Amino acid sequence: MNKPLRRIAIFCGLLVLALLIRDNWIQYVKADELRTDTKNRRVSIERYASPRGDIIVGGDPITGHATTTSGDFKYKRTYKDGPMWAPVTGFVSQAFGANQLENLEDGILSGNDDRLFFRNTLDMLTGKKKEGGNVVTTLNAAAQKAAYNGLKKQGGKGAVVALEPSTGKILALSSFPSYDPSSIAGNSSKDAEAWKKLDKKNNPDDPMLNRALRETYPPGSTFKVLTAAAALEDGLYTDADQKTKSPLPWTMPGTTTQLKNEGNIPCENATLRAALQYSCNTVFGKIGSDLGNEKMLAEAKKFGFTEEQFTPVRSSASVFSDNMNPSQTALSSIGQFNTAATPLQMAMVASAVANHGTLMKPYMVDELQAPNVDTIEKTEPEEMSKPMSAENAQILQSMMETVVEKGTGTNAKIPGVKVGGKTGTAQHGVDNSENPYAWFISYAKGDDGSSPVAVAVVIEDDNAVRDDISGGGLAAPIARNVMEAVIDSKK
Amino acid sequence: MSGTNTSHSPQHHTSTIGAIGAPSRRNTELALLVFAVVIPVFAYANVGLAINDSVPPGLLSYGLGLGLLAGVGHLVVRKFAPYADPLMLPLATLLNGIGLVVIWRLDQSKRLSNYADAAPRQLLYSALGVTLLAVVLVFLKDHRVLQRYTYISMAGALFLLILPLVPGLGANIYGAKIWIKIPGLGTLQPGEFAKIILAVFFAGYLMVKRDALALASRRFMGLYLPRGRDLGPILVVWVISILILVFETDLGTSLLFFGMFVIMLYVATERTSWIVFGLLMSAVGAVSVASFEPHIQTRVQAWLDPAREFKLSRSGIQDGVVHSEQAMQALWAFGSGGTLGTGLGQGNSDLIGFAANSDFILATFGEELGLAGVMAILLLYGLIVERGVRTALAARDPFGKLLAIGLSGAFGLQVFVVAGGVMGLIPLTGMTLPFVAYGGSSVIANWALIGILLRISDTARRPAPAPAGDPDAEMTQVVRPS
Repeated sequence: MNKPLRRIAIFCGLLVLALLIRDNWIQYVKADELRTDTKNRRVSIERYASPRGDIIVGGDPITGHATTTSGDFKYKRTYKDGPMWAPVTGFVSQAFGANQLENLEDGILSGNDDRLFFRNTLDMLTGKKKEGGNVVTTLNAAAQKAAYNGLKKQGGKGAVVALEPSTGKILALSSFPSYDPSSIAGNSSKDAEAWKKLDKKNNPDDPMLNRALRETYPPGSTFKVLTAAAALEDGLYTDADQKTKSPLPWTMPGTTTQLKNEGNIPCENATLRAALQYSCNTVFGKIGSDLGNEKMLAEAKKFGFTEEQFTPVRSSASVFSDNMNPSQTALSSIGQFNTAATPLQMAMVASAVANHGTLMKPYMVDELQAPNVDTIEKTEPEEMSKPMSAENAQILQSMMETVVEKGTGTNAKIPGVKVGGKTGTAQHGVDNSENPYAWFISYAKGDDGSSPVAVAVVIEDDNAVRDDISGGGLAAPIARNVMEAVIDSKK
Repeated sequence: MSGTNTSHSPQHHTSTIGAIGAPSRRNTELALLVFAVVIPVFAYANVGLAINDSVPPGLLSYGLGLGLLAGVGHLVVRKFAPYADPLMLPLATLLNGIGLVVIWRLDQSKRLSNYADAAPRQLLYSALGVTLLAVVLVFLKDHRVLQRYTYISMAGALFLLILPLVPGLGANIYGAKIWIKIPGLGTLQPGEFAKIILAVFFAGYLMVKRDALALASRRFMGLYLPRGRDLGPILVVWVISILILVFETDLGTSLLFFGMFVIMLYVATERTSWIVFGLLMSAVGAVSVASFEPHIQTRVQAWLDPAREFKLSRSGIQDGVVHSEQAMQALWAFGSGGTLGTGLGQGNSDLIGFAANSDFILATFGEELGLAGVMAILLLYGLIVERGVRTALAARDPFGKLLAIGLSGAFGLQVFVVAGGVMGLIPLTGMTLPFVAYGGSSVIANWALIGILLRISDTARRPAPAPAGDPDAEMTQVVRPS
C-alpha cells in the first residue's frame, strides 16, 4: 500500500504548491492592481488616514482638518471662510470626491505624489506618519474679501476675477452665491443632506457653480475694448482722437435694421475715445463689420477666446462665432449675438491692455510645497500671446482711463491712482425680456505705468429694477474696492 | 526516557525491526511546543501594541491559557502515546494559537461589533478540543479497536450529515445549510465530526473489500476497469455527496467527502483507474448540480468575476440569489497586504464583514502578515499533512494506514478547498480553515483528528515488545548505566 501513499503525499504537496503559487499571484503579481483599485475602500481610507496638506493664501492656510470619530475615515477637511474661498479651493469630501484645486493637486495634498515618494519612504523607515504637502496660491486675501463682500452685499448672482497683469497671477476669484465646502466634507447623513441641498436640481441658485471660471455671459459693451484693439491693430484707426467717420443712425449691412445706442449720446463721427467713453454701439458695431468676422475672430482668439484656460482649474471656453454675416459680426463686436465670455476672460482682456499689450497666462498655483515646506514646483509667469503692440495698448489705456475719468465708469475712481475701465450692460433673454448683466472691467495703474491689478466684475440680478442696472452702477464699485485692496496690500 | 534506553540496548540486533524503534522524541516535541506558545504570545502583544499602543491586559491569561493547553497535550502524549509523532502537536498548537490571536484582533474591529468576544470563546473551544484529544489518547489504546465500529460509523456519519436538513434544527446561514442550532449553546457543524467518523467507516470497509476491488477487474485501454458490481460502493458515496450538494448546497463538504473516499479507495486498491473514475464522477456531479442550483451558480460566477459580483451586491439588485462582495473583498485584502503585509492589527480585512474570522480568516493573514505569512501558514498545513502521510507509511496495519491517509487527506483537501476558495483559486465554499478559523465544531473535531493520528503514529513507532523469556536482556538494561 505504500506506493499509492507516496503518490498521495505528492498529490497533497501539489495542492499546497498550487495554493502557494496562487498566493504569489494575488499578493505579488497582482498586488498593486488590487491595492490601488479605486473600489477598494482602503484607497479612500488611506486618503483620509493622514491630515491633508493645506491650501495657502498669503502665508496663511485657508484650509484645515478635523478628526472624525465615526466611520473609518480619520481626518476630514475643514475650510476657513469656506463660501468665500470655495471657487478657489473646490471641495474634497469623504463621500462625494473632490473637484477643482483639491482634486487637481490631490497628489501633493494627500502626500501620494510621486515627487514625495522618496520622502515618504524615508518617513516610513523612520516611523514618521505620512503628511500631505501644501499648495501655495497666488491669491490676495484682501482682494478676495473685497470681491466676496461686494458680491454678497449686492445680493445677486455674480462673479469677480482679479489678475496681476504683469504675471497673470490670479488675485481674486469670487463667485456668488457660494457654499461652504466644510458642510459636505464628511461622510455623515448631515453631509449628505447638505450635498442634496446644494444640488442644482434642488437649488435654482446653483451655489456650487464656479461662475468666475465656468459661466459664460454675453460681455456687452466691455467687449468694445477688444473691438477697439482689433481696429488699432488692423490700422483701421491709428489714434484715439481720430474721427471714425461713422454715421448716426447706422443701418447694419445687408439689413434694414438700425443699430441703436443707449439713449441720446454723441456718437456721430465720434472719435474712438468718445465712442468708448459714451459706449457707442453704432461706432463699434460698424468697426466690427468693417473689419469682418475673420479679423475680429483672430483678435478675440489672441485674447484667449474659444479656448479653455487651465489655471490649473479649467475655465469654460469663451465664445466668438465663426461664419457670421456682417450684421451678426457687428452685433458680436458689441458683445451681443453669440458672443459670451467668462469673467476670467474679460479680466484677461483688461489685463492685456494694462500690461502693454502682452497677455500673461492666468494661474492660481504659485508653488507646491513638500510637508517640510521645501519647494517642489514653482510656477513661472508665462506669456500667452501678444494681442496688441505696446503703442496701441498705450492708446487703449488712455481711452479706458477717459471712461473712468468722465465717462460711464466714474464709480471706479480711486483717489491718487490712475484707473482705466469699461462698463457693460449686456442684454439677454428672448427680446431682451430678462434683466441685463452688469459688467465692469478695469485696471489700476501706478506712477511708473505698471499695473498691479486688472479686474472683471459681472452681476446678474433678477430683482433689481432694470434701469438701475448698469455696469457703472452695480459692478464698478466692487471693482474699485478690489483694486484698492490690492493697492493697499502692496503698501 | 525509555526510548533512548531501548536504542542503546545491546540487544537491538537480535530484536525485530520495530525494536530498533526511533527514539520517542518527546523532548523535541516539548522544545517545539515552547516556540508554538511563545510565537503566538508575541503576536498577541503585537496586535495590542498596534491597535491600542499598549501591551494587551489579557496577555498573561492568554499566554497561560495557551501554555496550559500545550502542556496538557504534551503530558497526555508523553504518558499515553510516548512514541507519537513529535511535530503534529506543536504544529496544531501553533496554528491554534495564531488563529486565536487573529480572532482576537478581529474582535477589536469597530466594523465587526458583533464579534466582541469570539477569542475567549475560541479559547474555550480549543480547551474542549485538547480535552477531546486527551480523551482519544487515554481511552483509545489501539486504533484498531475502531475497526469494530465500521458500520455503526456509517450510520453515525449519515445521521450527522442529515441533521442540518431536519426542519427546526438546521440553520441556513448565507445559503449553505450545514449548521444545526442547539438551543442555548449556539450552532454546530456536524459535517466536521462526520469527516472523522466517515474516515473510520471507509477504512474499515475498504480494508475488508480491497482485495475484491483491486483484483477483479478487466483491462481496457491500459486501465484496469472495475467490475460493474464493485462500482457499487463508490456510486453510493457519489450519490450521497451529490445529495449533500443539492440539499445542503455545500460544495466544499461534498467535495471533501468524495475526495477522501477516492483517496482511500486508491490507496486500498492501488488502482489508478479509481482516481480517473473519481475525477470523472465528481466533474459530472458538480457540473450537473451547478446547472440547476442557483446558489452554486452564484458561487461560480463570483469566482470567475468577483468584481462583477461586488457590483451586484452593492447595487442591491433583487434576483433571488444572495450576491456577496466577500470574494472581492478578500482579494483586495490579499492584494493590499502585498509581500510583507501591513503588520498585525493594521489592516482592513474586517471589510469582509460576515465570517471574516471564520471562513475568511486567511484573508486577514494575507493582509496583515503578507505573502510571507500566508506562505508560512500554508507550509505549516503542508507539514501536518505530510506528517499524517508519514504516519500512514509507518503504520503496520492496513486499517491504520487507511485511516491515517483518510484523515490527513481530508485535512489537506479541506485546507485546499477553503484556502483556494478564499484566494480565488477555486469557487468559494463555506468551510473553516482547521485550527485557525473561529468555530467550535471545527477546532474540536480537528483536535480529535490529531488525537487519532497521534495514536496511529504512536502504535506505528512503538518498539515491539522485547522477545519474551529472555531474562538477560532485562538484566542488561537494568545494570547498564545510560
